[in-house]
Amino acid sequence: MVRAASLPIYAHQIAKSYGRVRALDQVDLAVRSGEFLTLLGPSGSGKTTLLMVLAGFIRPDSGSLRFGETEMIRVAPHKRDVGMVFQNYALFPHMNVASNVGFPLRLRRVSKADIAARVEQALETVQLAGYGARGIEQLSGGQRQRVALARAIVFEPRILLMDEPLSALDKQLREHMQIELRRLHDKLGMTTVYVTHDQREALTMSDRVAVISQGRVLQLDAPRRLYEHPANRFVAEFIGESAFLPVERTGDSFFHDGHRLKIRDCPVVDGNCLLMLRPERLQLLGATAPDHLNILRGTVEQVVYQGDSFQLQARLADGSAVALRGVSTQDAMATLPRPGAPVMFGLAPEDTVLLADERRK
Amino acid sequence: MSALNADELRRDAFRERLALFGLTLPALVLVTITMILPIAWLFSLSLLADDGSISLENYRRLVEQPSYGRIFATTFEISAAATAICVLLGYPLAYLLSQLSPRVANLLMIGVLLPFWTSILVRTYAWLVLLQRHGLVNTWGIELGLWDEPLPLVYNPGGTLLGMVHIMLPFLILPLYGSMRAIDRNYLKAAANLGAGPIRAFWQVFFPLSLPGLLAGSTIVFILCLGFYITPAMLGGGKVIMVANRVANDVELFFNWGAASALGVVLLVATMIVLAVASRLTPLGRIFGGHGP
Repeated sequence: MVRAASLPIYAHQIAKSYGRVRALDQVDLAVRSGEFLTLLGPSGSGKTTLLMVLAGFIRPDSGSLRFGETEMIRVAPHKRDVGMVFQNYALFPHMNVASNVGFPLRLRRVSKADIAARVEQALETVQLAGYGARGIEQLSGGQRQRVALARAIVFEPRILLMDEPLSALDKQLREHMQIELRRLHDKLGMTTVYVTHDQREALTMSDRVAVISQGRVLQLDAPRRLYEHPANRFVAEFIGESAFLPVERTGDSFFHDGHRLKIRDCPVVDGNCLLMLRPERLQLLGATAPDHLNILRGTVEQVVYQGDSFQLQARLADGSAVALRGVSTQDAMATLPRPGAPVMFGLAPEDTVLLADERRK
Repeated sequence: MSALNADELRRDAFRERLALFGLTLPALVLVTITMILPIAWLFSLSLLADDGSISLENYRRLVEQPSYGRIFATTFEISAAATAICVLLGYPLAYLLSQLSPRVANLLMIGVLLPFWTSILVRTYAWLVLLQRHGLVNTWGIELGLWDEPLPLVYNPGGTLLGMVHIMLPFLILPLYGSMRAIDRNYLKAAANLGAGPIRAFWQVFFPLSLPGLLAGSTIVFILCLGFYITPAMLGGGKVIMVANRVANDVELFFNWGAASALGVVLLVATMIVLAVASRLTPLGRIFGGHGP
């Protein structure tokens, strides 16, 4: 298939309430042309509602939605011309693979010969060439996923929507399909909005990720920025693992448990704040405490072996729980301190992230 | 020496099977007494001639007398017409119910089921009260000046059909509604997303997916109609004679058990052929609640 033209999406002040529950709370979202953007959030956050508004299946209470220059908010779903992959694929059980994929083309009155050619081409794109005559029942979960994708892209929509398309697959297939979906997006170039509750999936696939909670977009950033600079505690907790230490501010200096912190840059937060600790950014120190690091002292509570890595859980002097993750080399495993033993962690200034403490203002 | 515990495990499995068989035994006995034995008796009666000898006399008469052929033709015609009318009335109703929220649909379903729970005899008499020469409909029609002479609303094929459709409608709606409810809403969303307006989404996606339920419902209605007795007897006024009515006449008026049994056997075979054809077209077992292959 050729690279399709793509369109940017502008959602402006989209609101939708169910009774007193605000499913979408004045959401603004701009998706760039050709971008792979993921809506990430826990269940009930409103991410699927937002996708359904884009597809036209849910009518919002108010707001504006433009695809490129065209206002779409009142346009019926069948006139929106967007491709969509449903969570359970929604392949028509009374049609074979070719009829499913050809369905949107038949509706668009494409000639029979063209339909056959384009269906075969779409199936080839998803690596299912020659599967046209199969029944849907005969396909595995991964194959159904591909057919659903072929059906969503065969009419060359300029926008592609995906609603947790990989959630029904087992872990290995899911990770394989993540790479493949991303490769396909790079090849076809259509603007893609992807919904998932799996933060790793979001980080793996997306150009940018919108973290959604309680009907609002909390942060919209590239994966790395999202992980390194979460906008608040919710984002920091939802993406990756993290522990938080209370920090007191005196002028431009920050203190944890009486020790002055060496930080990367002065945060914009006022008053008291939190120091975010990612388990893989902590360093396990021996007897000496290097000057350039922040030093945290505590007692080992538990060591958990997880195959490729280990997790060491400890409690600091002020009672905070922290965790350290390391690569489980033979050396590292042999020299780990036992539960109950004192332990010393180091944190580089460039790895410090200070967040506003919404609970202690 | 045999493998560890193999004999004991085999004996346990055998005992389990025996226990299961013991549980099904009452049902088996019941079916034998109430179904298999009467049918065998019916079949043997049909093979007895008037003088008590074994012959195909009764079946020969079925073929030779044109009146029997007419009765079978009438039976199939009326049943087909009743089924067709049930489909035309029942499909939109089942569709409407399937699109409502389950709570509202269940409430409306009571409207379908209430007559279903009322005696057929009572319902048929009710139609008689409404439709006869000096019934409610004719009295009001004349009083309102809509027509001058009482209309022949009953004691004819039309009246019979009306009564039959009324009684049969729930048998169509229940399986049809069930299969419509089972259609995933996402199919229709997918159809819309791919560019199908509501009408095309209905005909190309919803309707084909509802066909198994429709076929199951119409098969039940058609088969029940084939053996219908009370309604044609009461609303047909002697002008609508279906197989069951002729069976009753043969027994009650002519004491001809041989002829009645032969009719019964032929009707049974015809019904089984209809069922066999229908189950070829759709997995009826799954819709009637069994577990299909």
